[in-house]
Amino acid sequence: MATLTVPVKEQKKTYEQEALITGAEAIAVACKLANVDVVTAYPIRPYDTVMQYMSQLIADGEMDCEFIVADGEHSQFEIVKHASVCGARVFSGSSGVGWMYAMEVLTVSPSLRVPIVALVGNRSLDDPGAFGVEHNDALAVRDLGWNLVWVDTAQEALDTALIAYRFAEDRRIFVPVAISCDGAFLTHSQSLVNIPTAEQVKQFLPRYNRGDLLLHPDNVISVAPQCNEDWVMEIRRQNYEVTERAPAVLKEVYADFERVFGRKYGNPFFEEYMTEDAEIVLFGMGTLSTPVEVAVRKLRAQGKKVGFVRLRWFRPFAGAEIAKALERFRAIGVIDRDVSFGSPDLSGVVATELRSAMYTHASTRPPVLDFLCGLGGREVTVPDVEKIVDITFQAANGKPQPLTQWIGLRG
Amino acid sequence: MGQLFAVEIIYRGVFQKNLAKNITRGIVLAAHEEGKWGISFGRYGDSPERNGIPAKSFAIVASDEETLQLGMAHYEPEQVDVTVVLDDTLCKGFESWAWGGLQSVNRAVKPGGTLIVTSTQDADGLLKLIHRREQPYKLGIVKGIASSSGMWVYKNDHTEVRVLGAIAKALPELLSLKSLENYINNKLKDELKATSARTAYERFSTVEIKPGQGNPEQIFHSELLKWEEMGAGAAIKGQPQGGPIEDPVTHKMGGFRPARNDKFKKYTTRSARPVVNFQTCTKCTLCWLNCPDGSFDVTPDGTYDVFLEACCGCGICEAVCPVKNCITMVSEVQFHDNDSQWMAFKKDKCTYLEWLQATIAPAPEERTHGFRYRGQYEEQVPQALEIAQKS
Repeated sequence: MATLTVPVKEQKKTYEQEALITGAEAIAVACKLANVDVVTAYPIRPYDTVMQYMSQLIADGEMDCEFIVADGEHSQFEIVKHASVCGARVFSGSSGVGWMYAMEVLTVSPSLRVPIVALVGNRSLDDPGAFGVEHNDALAVRDLGWNLVWVDTAQEALDTALIAYRFAEDRRIFVPVAISCDGAFLTHSQSLVNIPTAEQVKQFLPRYNRGDLLLHPDNVISVAPQCNEDWVMEIRRQNYEVTERAPAVLKEVYADFERVFGRKYGNPFFEEYMTEDAEIVLFGMGTLSTPVEVAVRKLRAQGKKVGFVRLRWFRPFAGAEIAKALERFRAIGVIDRDVSFGSPDLSGVVATELRSAMYTHASTRPPVLDFLCGLGGREVTVPDVEKIVDITFQAANGKPQPLTQWIGLRG
Repeated sequence: MGQLFAVEIIYRGVFQKNLAKNITRGIVLAAHEEGKWGISFGRYGDSPERNGIPAKSFAIVASDEETLQLGMAHYEPEQVDVTVVLDDTLCKGFESWAWGGLQSVNRAVKPGGTLIVTSTQDADGLLKLIHRREQPYKLGIVKGIASSSGMWVYKNDHTEVRVLGAIAKALPELLSLKSLENYINNKLKDELKATSARTAYERFSTVEIKPGQGNPEQIFHSELLKWEEMGAGAAIKGQPQGGPIEDPVTHKMGGFRPARNDKFKKYTTRSARPVVNFQTCTKCTLCWLNCPDGSFDVTPDGTYDVFLEACCGCGICEAVCPVKNCITMVSEVQFHDNDSQWMAFKKDKCTYLEWLQATIAPAPEERTHGFRYRGQYEEQVPQALEIAQKS
């Protein structure tokens, strides 16, 4: 068997300490290390773990920032937007319908070029009242200029928050980043995390410098005045320019992260697991990697050549690179923890996006099947994954399969 | 594949949340002292932790990270090496959020695994509550009242390290006493706690529970609907109105019993139940009006009877009742059914009133969570100390 790449787990031990913390708490620690200036909070599960932990860090004297409890998510994001224009490093976040309540501010933030870093503790969009993970909340801003990343472990959450600040506050970027953490599975599970030293973070993360865009009495500017059809298209083009630059900047940031912290993430956009000699692969985002990787190992022991590609950055979506990486497989099974109602083939968002990228960039046409699974906090189980692999193999063997299927549904 | 361990803590939210969390964190960090890897988490669905709600916390520990991932692939472990119950009233079974029915406390314990209960009862007393099952397991008791240790207003009574000591004895492969002591000395930096853990370790013993031993009650289960069976628009059908109750002696119909949800009974949230004296009841209606769960029936006599399947044991009725000892909250451990008190009263008044007096006599201190009056906790400390020293 060809050598199989397992994401690097052994790392240079340059960390200051090890802590048993949740994914959300890891982001709070990253904010502390990044010396964030303004934090706005408003409670909603599962995001609220981060504000609880942060207020504890502040109360314990470990962290110093303006911690503002807003009167709602809309104000939460308004406040950080303004603070960011004034040169403050900011942090905010929300979940599910709370995130949607902030929608108006989320819409304008990329145009104003504010490098907000936010945590989205992914939560289903209730009603009916529910608080389990579903990715439609963060995905709602996918067309608005936000950068969107999904992380898998508490360690990755901490690292990605530092990367997000460096990336968002790069003068070539200056647009917000939302870090998505799956509700419960990541936001509320405590695992052992290596916490880097303040010295390392200082080396990696320069001060936020807004330069000529700083709103300050010494730099007289006016931000976001009323404009009409005479300006908007040009503003859109500027943001479009950012999305064109973003992939290269992101690669630069990841390379520098590795240099400073010694932890390798390989390709920033996606992570491959046991794909070298795979015939089919599964494709998805977030913590579903745990049952998927366990199932992949189990199926490999039975001789089934299956791999997994975990998408990390959904925006920017590295279409060409992803298509080139996936065109060599005989079939692809996408696991969508979201729905895009009425979309082509009634699929989820990730599958629709991937099919578009494959159509443009791939030299082959492997079937791309979509599996709607793990919605509303339901677990993606190992048997679910085995079923998905089985169906994907049938498609690979020329037996046509429905393009979208529900897995783990009662009925 | 390496070694994989799972420990489940069943507790009453929100009072015992920190206690449960401190135990699962302690397991992971103590096992990490000997090079193992682990995660600690609560059952997320339980998290809106209302007063007394049954909830769970877990520790998954493995000899290496790949094996740990195997243990994490299923969020709520189906089988555990050790289950710890932090409030013995939970031994009657409990209903988690998003579960559909009741669970017995020994449900997830592996054949031959260990069930640890913090209780002042002995094994025989607990087995009247704990449901019987097919596979054998071990039962061990850490003597003590249901503790809220770790909650900010409650003094740390070392329950956390005593339970950890018991776990080290029950499953030394997971964590040795030495690792536990290292963890307590290095991380908690408390020598007294290390002593408590060691003492609990030395005192802890288990009894073998054979198949079929325990409470014979058939546990309540309810099936969840399939998607095509459900009403559209997240609409749920209302309950029918309900109707009058039959007097067991005269057979006359009267009063009113509202129809109640037969799928979600919520009585397992209860750690104490109201016991009603129908003779001193003045029919003032306050209990009926104030009950947040509508769990009072109006009897044909005009008094109010608790429909116990719907009562979550909050104690508001007792608090609002203007008559002394007319409604008294009594610890749930001594009851074995949800039968109507009014029916018993009507059938045989003398026996009922005798039973009532005997039942409520020791009652006030026994409420297992929350406090009835200011200063009750301070009064409980010597009692708890005495229990711990005797065991």
